[in-house]
Amino acid sequence: MKIILNGLVTENPTFVLILGMCPTLATTSSAVNGMSMGLATLFVLIGSNMVIALLKNVIPDQVRIPAYVVVIATFVSVVEMTMQAYLPALYESLGIFIPLIVVNCIVLGRAEAFAAKNTVFDSFLDGLGIGLGFTFALTLLGAIRELLGTGKSFGHIIFPEEYGMLIFVLAPGAFIALGYLIAVFNKLRAANR
Amino acid sequence: MTFILIFISAVFVNNIVLSQFLGICPFLGVSKKIETALGMSGAVAFVMTIATIFTYIIQKTVLDPFNIGFLQTITYILIIAALVQMVEIIMKKVSPPLYQALGVFLPLITTNCTILGVALLVIKKDFNLIESVVFAISTAIGFGLALILFAGIREQLSMVKVPKALEGAPISLITAGLLAMAFMGFAGMV
Repeated sequence: MKIILNGLVTENPTFVLILGMCPTLATTSSAVNGMSMGLATLFVLIGSNMVIALLKNVIPDQVRIPAYVVVIATFVSVVEMTMQAYLPALYESLGIFIPLIVVNCIVLGRAEAFAAKNTVFDSFLDGLGIGLGFTFALTLLGAIRELLGTGKSFGHIIFPEEYGMLIFVLAPGAFIALGYLIAVFNKLRAANR
Repeated sequence: MTFILIFISAVFVNNIVLSQFLGICPFLGVSKKIETALGMSGAVAFVMTIATIFTYIIQKTVLDPFNIGFLQTITYILIIAALVQMVEIIMKKVSPPLYQALGVFLPLITTNCTILGVALLVIKKDFNLIESVVFAISTAIGFGLALILFAGIREQLSMVKVPKALEGAPISLITAGLLAMAFMGFAGMV
């Protein structure tokens, strides 16, 4: 439980560690897209964390980074092909950001910082916690951008689209919304301390 | 003419950092000083061009004929990792001053998503080899342009008083947002 909370709040990959910014900004034009990206990363994180924890005594130290990358790339390919087969529309809208999970620094970072030193079960929990933290951040950012930009929330109309600020769905809005979101998170953490 | 269009589109209209959201980590990480920004852009341009040529050739000669496109992600990342390692070793032997200038950035480039992103994009866009090379070089120039502009702004920003909660990452992101807005002015040019 402590490990999961650690990933969700204390070491939230997006708000605290500021890692994995590319998918965070690129795929959050709507809440559903953000959530799907988060869940895809969650799956890869759990899978790679567990396999790396299993293999940590077999992999020689000098070649550990390439070995980790291969494990991660395998899981990414699994996600990619599954999504292509069952959710083609989503696969199209996320585009090249699915294969790019391979170079998401969160995944490699957790492999190196946690899975290489801990047991399989703990690594599973860590992957779950960090993945949920990432999913939470992406969903929140996606929901905010979708609401401000198009007046919808998860596709349901809240206010008419003409009153939306289109800029929030476009590139600049992603940067600005995330900037203020991290600022709010910082403020809350400072107040809690 | 196509080359000029590819160039303008990759540098200004669809700038890789500010409108495609690739390479945000180095964009935020190494943009505190103009010199480091220059070094990083140089290293990225170098590796991106070579990596695109290699992945393109592998895609057309190995992956496509044998119908093993599903191995694309794994193959590409291995090629890029091996290439970065090789460039580092060769550079150390052949040109120590260049290695001094770019050396520290090279290992970081393996996990830089612009390299893998461009390698995947040229396949997706159905470019031929020469177009791919032009696209890779232009993208790298676009990356460098965004990085150096942003570094210039951040050097100024470090002397300004910012509200406590906005310090560090948030203010950088908001600044990047404004820069992205400026680049939106190029939309519709191509």
